[in-house]
Amino acid sequence: MVNLIVDDKEIKVEEGKSVLQACLENSIFIPNMCFIKTREHPHASCRLCFVEIDGLDRPVTSCTEKVREGLVVRTATPQVRRLQRMAFKLLMSAHHCQPKVCPAKDGCQLIRTAKHLEVGLNPRPLERLERDVEEEVDLIFFTYYPFRCVLCGKCVYVCRQRNGHNPLTFAKRGFDTVIGFITSGDPADAPCHHCGACANVCPTGALVLKPEYTEAIGVEGSR
Amino acid sequence: MSRVDIKKRFTLIQREAARRAEEKKTEGIPTIYIVMSTCGLASGAAETKQAFEEALSHKSIEARIVPVGCLGHCYAEPLVVIDHPTSGFPPICYHQVSAARAQVLVGSYLEKGDPVFKYVLGATEENDLIPAVMDFPRFNLEQRLVMEQCGRINPDDIYQYVAEGGYEGLVKALASDPEEVIAEIETSGLRGRGGAGFPAGRKWRLARGAGPDEKIVICNADEGDPGAYMDRTILESNPHQLLEGLAICAYAIGANQATVYVRAEYPLAVKTIQQAIKSSEKLSLLGSSILGTSFNLEVIVFQGSGAFVCGEETALIQSIEGKRGMPQHRPPYPVEKGLWGRPTVVNNVKTLSSVPSIMNRGAAWFRSIGTENSPGTAIFSVVGNVVHPGLVEIAMGTSLRTLIFDVCGGIPKKKSFKAVQIGGPSGGCLPESFLDTPIDFDSLTEAGAMMGSGGMVVMDENSCMVDVSRYFLDFTQKESCGKCTFCRIGTRHLLTILDRITKGEGREEDLGLLETLSEDIKSGSLCGLGKTAPNPVLTSLKYFLDEYEAHIREKRCPALKCRALTAFYIDLEKCARGCDVCVGCCPVEAIFTATGRKKAIDQELCVKCGECMVVCPPEYDAVEKISPPELAPIIERPPEKK
Repeated sequence: MVNLIVDDKEIKVEEGKSVLQACLENSIFIPNMCFIKTREHPHASCRLCFVEIDGLDRPVTSCTEKVREGLVVRTATPQVRRLQRMAFKLLMSAHHCQPKVCPAKDGCQLIRTAKHLEVGLNPRPLERLERDVEEEVDLIFFTYYPFRCVLCGKCVYVCRQRNGHNPLTFAKRGFDTVIGFITSGDPADAPCHHCGACANVCPTGALVLKPEYTEAIGVEGSR
Repeated sequence: MSRVDIKKRFTLIQREAARRAEEKKTEGIPTIYIVMSTCGLASGAAETKQAFEEALSHKSIEARIVPVGCLGHCYAEPLVVIDHPTSGFPPICYHQVSAARAQVLVGSYLEKGDPVFKYVLGATEENDLIPAVMDFPRFNLEQRLVMEQCGRINPDDIYQYVAEGGYEGLVKALASDPEEVIAEIETSGLRGRGGAGFPAGRKWRLARGAGPDEKIVICNADEGDPGAYMDRTILESNPHQLLEGLAICAYAIGANQATVYVRAEYPLAVKTIQQAIKSSEKLSLLGSSILGTSFNLEVIVFQGSGAFVCGEETALIQSIEGKRGMPQHRPPYPVEKGLWGRPTVVNNVKTLSSVPSIMNRGAAWFRSIGTENSPGTAIFSVVGNVVHPGLVEIAMGTSLRTLIFDVCGGIPKKKSFKAVQIGGPSGGCLPESFLDTPIDFDSLTEAGAMMGSGGMVVMDENSCMVDVSRYFLDFTQKESCGKCTFCRIGTRHLLTILDRITKGEGREEDLGLLETLSEDIKSGSLCGLGKTAPNPVLTSLKYFLDEYEAHIREKRCPALKCRALTAFYIDLEKCARGCDVCVGCCPVEAIFTATGRKKAIDQELCVKCGECMVVCPPEYDAVEKISPPELAPIIERPPEKK
């Protein structure tokens, strides 16, 4: 066990954990989108979990920092908040918030993050960016909503963990990056018939299992 | 295997190389060296070669044609060196040798002994008859260390490399302890030439000390900066120097496997390096039990599929593993856990190519070149508005002014210097006040640019700095892997803002937003690509703020570059009565005849292509460009005659 001080509060956690996990387990919320606690090498793509650590000259992502004895962590300094708010606004500038139809409404990580960061859901002063993709993409078993997706990559990761050579992957590049569904053989043979892990792990309701598969897979199809 | 045995085996190879070189000399027939790397081929070197062959056979003249790599003098391609021993002249370098000139050279020089002075660039050695190229600043201010043999030897002939002292560094390394090799590289102070300048020796030591696992060496030849082509040239012109460096590194860190990661867009480089690997293996300079020792090294070539981000080492490793080229958070660094989870050294082409001469001539010699903290040389591909563009290798510490004005001949057409963009899309634009900055890792970073991999774009007074930033951001946002928020979405916002400024739709608050967003992308991004992507914006905001302000507040482009903010008009005072060249060239029929048979432009129809300005005869020079467009005088089109 190691001791660390987070926002002047002393906490005790097992060695080998990341600062983010240590905080979350001790009821200290740090915004995050792409973090999966069992993932050995953190994806570190959402850029929301910044913290300041004494001795380091700039904010660092807490998912990539391992706990050490005596670490002094601050989760809400002006520098940290500036980066988190900018990252959040960037995400919101490419995200269409549709509360009425959004399947993630109660558990939406974005809304939780907005509350925590004390910012609205609009990206001001940034403008909304348009993307050259369809509103809804048919991925055989799923419906994919690119404008809800924050590309946290959780779905791609869980799919790979469960199914090895996974049908879910990132496609295209830059701002046009989306989640793609690629199989080498007949898509009907894809492992998705009995999985559904990706839809379950999606934090923004961007990947939704089609109703006809919800029952067969036995997962909550909405999220 | 004792040191003596290694040397004995190598001496046999050296003797064969010397014998072959001697044989050529004693034959006494002329040798025609043709620069046939990608740049030469693009300028028509293949046609030149064919013309030489045909002319020689037509006239039944015996001569040897040797394809060589690039000399770095792009402005003079296709380049040919003719060594005609019986003519009494030294070897002569000819510039812009087209197929027609090739025929002339065969007829006049090889047949009749007249060296055709008007095509001569210079002699390649000192003599009393023809000025030597070494007397020109483009040659004598350079200090060639990595590119010493480029363009002088046939890249496909390993013996030519050996004859010039090649593989002696490897032999020396094999005869020493790996620790001694690392110590030598550490003492030399060699820093990684890929951009960040991490000390190569320290990287090697970290990898060697990283556990019992077998190590791997990767040569990063995924050169993707727009306008940069140093790595391609080295691969195409002297592949064995790189392989020798690779082998020394592998021996030092304890690797039996090496990968050369080359862009698939460099087909000639891929072919050349593959051929070089084969011929080194044949002579037991690579492969199993190298020169009879217990050291084995398998070198494979991996072709990258054209993603700029794969030049980032963690993305490069992902790509080799068959995954999507996306950077990973470091640590773990590749030296701890790299390709297939093994300790991996990733070094740039120029870094590894510097290694053989360090082993051969010693660390102290290397340190004597360049500066205290950045020893050795820097290679730049200097492009843009300079008289002599091309590849330049200079000692570190040389000033930007010397490089641009003395080596590369300054700005053409009597225009004035405006800025230099160093380090490609990750670098920065430096104004005139920085011309005396010495070129080394630390000084350039301090100035807000970076050494990068060596791209350098020189810009004259007609370059709009907002437009230049927009160009680079367009590149980086397209090449972002899409993984992290700041780079994926942030760079797109920067582009959108720059786009609207160049279109005259900029807003006052855009300046602050550009700066805040750039700073946040810099500190918030996951990998080096994202962290450096805003540099062109930040440096141009810092040094050329007035241009941004002019675009936003006055809707004016000071460099007259941004199309939406400029207009063309014809100065009636200068326009010649009755000349109508401009009318004929206008693609949209926007030019009409005004009073006095002079011409005018209909601003509504004009698409601002600038053709009229190009064709207007210089003695009139009547077409003017102006910004903001409202300043262009409006001339009514006369009513159509019935």
